[in-house]
Amino acid sequence: MRHLLSTRDLGREGAIRLLDVAEDMADTQQREVKKLPTLRGKTVVNLFFEDSTRTRISFEAAAKRLSADVINFSAKGSSVSKGESLKDTAQTLQAMGADAVVIRHPASGAPQTLATSGWIDAGILNAGDGTHEHPTQALLDAFTIRKRVHGDASRGRGLDGLSVTIVGDILHSRVARSNVWLLTTLGATVTLVAPPTLVPVDTRLWPVTVGYDLDEAITAGPDVVMMLRIQAERMHDAFFPNTREYARRWGLGDGRLARLEPTTIVMHPGPMNRGLEISAAAADSPMSTVREQVTNGVSVRMAALYLLLSGDREN
Amino acid sequence: MSTTTYLISGAALPDGSRTDILLKDGLIAELGTGLSAAGAERIDANGLVALPGLVDLHTHLREPGYEQSETVLSGTRAAAAGGFTAVFAMANTSPVADTAGVVEQVLSLGEQSGYATVQPIGAVTVGLGGERLAELGAMAASRARVRVFSDDGSCVWDPVLMRRALEYVKSFDGVIAQHAQEPRLTVGAQMNEGAVSGELGLTGWPAVAEESIIARDVLLAEHVGSRLHICHVSTAGSVDVLRWAKARGIRVTAEVTPHHLLLDEELVRSFDARYKVNPPLRRREDVLALREALADGTIDIVATDHAPHPVESKDCEWDAAANGMVGLESALSVVHASVVETDQLGWADVARVLSSAPAAIGRISSHGQGIVAGASAQVTLYDPNASRDFSTADLAGQGVNSPYIGRTLPGRVLATFHNGAATVLDGMLRPSDEVGAASQKAAHV
Repeated sequence: MRHLLSTRDLGREGAIRLLDVAEDMADTQQREVKKLPTLRGKTVVNLFFEDSTRTRISFEAAAKRLSADVINFSAKGSSVSKGESLKDTAQTLQAMGADAVVIRHPASGAPQTLATSGWIDAGILNAGDGTHEHPTQALLDAFTIRKRVHGDASRGRGLDGLSVTIVGDILHSRVARSNVWLLTTLGATVTLVAPPTLVPVDTRLWPVTVGYDLDEAITAGPDVVMMLRIQAERMHDAFFPNTREYARRWGLGDGRLARLEPTTIVMHPGPMNRGLEISAAAADSPMSTVREQVTNGVSVRMAALYLLLSGDREN
Repeated sequence: MSTTTYLISGAALPDGSRTDILLKDGLIAELGTGLSAAGAERIDANGLVALPGLVDLHTHLREPGYEQSETVLSGTRAAAAGGFTAVFAMANTSPVADTAGVVEQVLSLGEQSGYATVQPIGAVTVGLGGERLAELGAMAASRARVRVFSDDGSCVWDPVLMRRALEYVKSFDGVIAQHAQEPRLTVGAQMNEGAVSGELGLTGWPAVAEESIIARDVLLAEHVGSRLHICHVSTAGSVDVLRWAKARGIRVTAEVTPHHLLLDEELVRSFDARYKVNPPLRRREDVLALREALADGTIDIVATDHAPHPVESKDCEWDAAANGMVGLESALSVVHASVVETDQLGWADVARVLSSAPAAIGRISSHGQGIVAGASAQVTLYDPNASRDFSTADLAGQGVNSPYIGRTLPGRVLATFHNGAATVLDGMLRPSDEVGAASQKAAHV
């Protein structure tokens, strides 16, 4: 794997391979000594142009458990905030000999620009770009679903026959986009539920069903309900009237939680707004995978770094 | 003093007929076959199309103020390389061309360059601020004789201000060239809003933001009986509004850029900032509707919106990149590829949409007269059978932000004559000192 930029261009075989490697990584994390020598001598740079402590420490843990050297480059308070361009930053990292760059950037497409610009030879791993993609989040979500459904028999499997309903701010969500492509590639059926203002105007080319009614979606009996974080500021741009109305119509409250089959998987990429898009009872119920998602995130990111940095670096 | 006399032999006119063309003393002196070459430099134009010098109603020359992007000299060199003999210089310079002083300065810089006639456009509002009318009358009465006014880059959004501007310029036969973009609907817009923007997660620029302003403004123009021009029309819906307005007899004209005739939004998937432009590249359906509208006259002209930028403004992530593409050097080839090769326009139509019609809209008399005896000697010789792998070597201005680099384009401009003096010969720009000197001489005839 040369780069990991999106799930859009990840094939089924490649995705399952990555999830299987993540299973191997997860197994190693059950041992007393979690650290592997695999990436000794490799340098991984976490290049974060947006604050995201969770994602950064997850990548940092993943790289360190593979014995890579990790450099955290936070754009805040650095030369970047003084007007240094992405190009100059990339060339600096190139000059320092980075083998992989994990990039989080507010501009959609910035990782792709980095990968195709010729500024830097390192493998590029997209840790979230604007409202475009967040491929490792989708991979950890897929991993989590597969593990819950298939347990120890997960290896080699996709998500065939499963129905996943993603609820919330689809328009601004890179998590939703990456999940739409990955989950459908793996054989799941995806339904999006959101206020019409928070769905892109044209989703005809997306392999999904779009609905506006969460109760209807719950009646359909999905295998997985994935709640997305809603930013309260959106109400200032008139995407919805206020948070109370949002919670009533699109929140996973206790009433809706009770109507779900007990086997339903309730997911949230975090950080959660308890009481807004998800109730405390839903977040803490045994159906919830919120903490598993965090754990699996490290395994999936270990797998991504491993595939990026070991073996053939084919184009 | 007179410039060199040229005898262009065996050229095909836009209507297909073949003729020799004698350029003398800044005029097309004679047309016919077997003209005498005595004392004239002979140019073999067998197999070439002779077009009237091209006129661009929408060029950003960047000077004064943004000389790191382009100067009047470098921009007019790009124009000449593309077969243009006149360009209308947009007002979004620094200082903004909103006074007689600035438009006269731009005019003078054009006269010194000599590569093309530079006709300044005046700003509609002071500083392009959209709040107070600029001194439109002073600019019209200045030596620059401004007739086209535009806040291009910004929309004249305030409907009252737009109405007043339309009314005011009637006193000197002016026209308001509107950059149709509803500002609130396009806050932070990065690309056309539709299937691709949704997928890429780029903030959308909806077609309705253009169409709603055009609809408002054609109705305003009808109400006050004024001339309105719409810059860079980019959507199928805009074409429908314009078609309706023209059928109603409203005095509206419209332009389309070469890039909107050829390229579509799928290119944005590369996140290559060379494809970032305002208005954005649209859907393939829009491209096809624009071609049809140009062919049936709903859209009157092609104008380049030549927008040079320094390298660093494009060598970055998409959101941070500047909008705009250079277009003068490639315009004729792109029109050739998009509407001539598809048999929607013939060369006579090309002469109309790239020369006579823009000259008429902009009210300049020394251009767009066609290739007829007695007309000003503005002539472009074009080889329609050539083909080239477009590269930076084909660019003559300072900007290299061309979306065509790496593409194969048909045709090539082999010669351009501006006021009877060669600015391009054998496909090469003539040196600046020669062109400048010829221009000075012509000015003192």
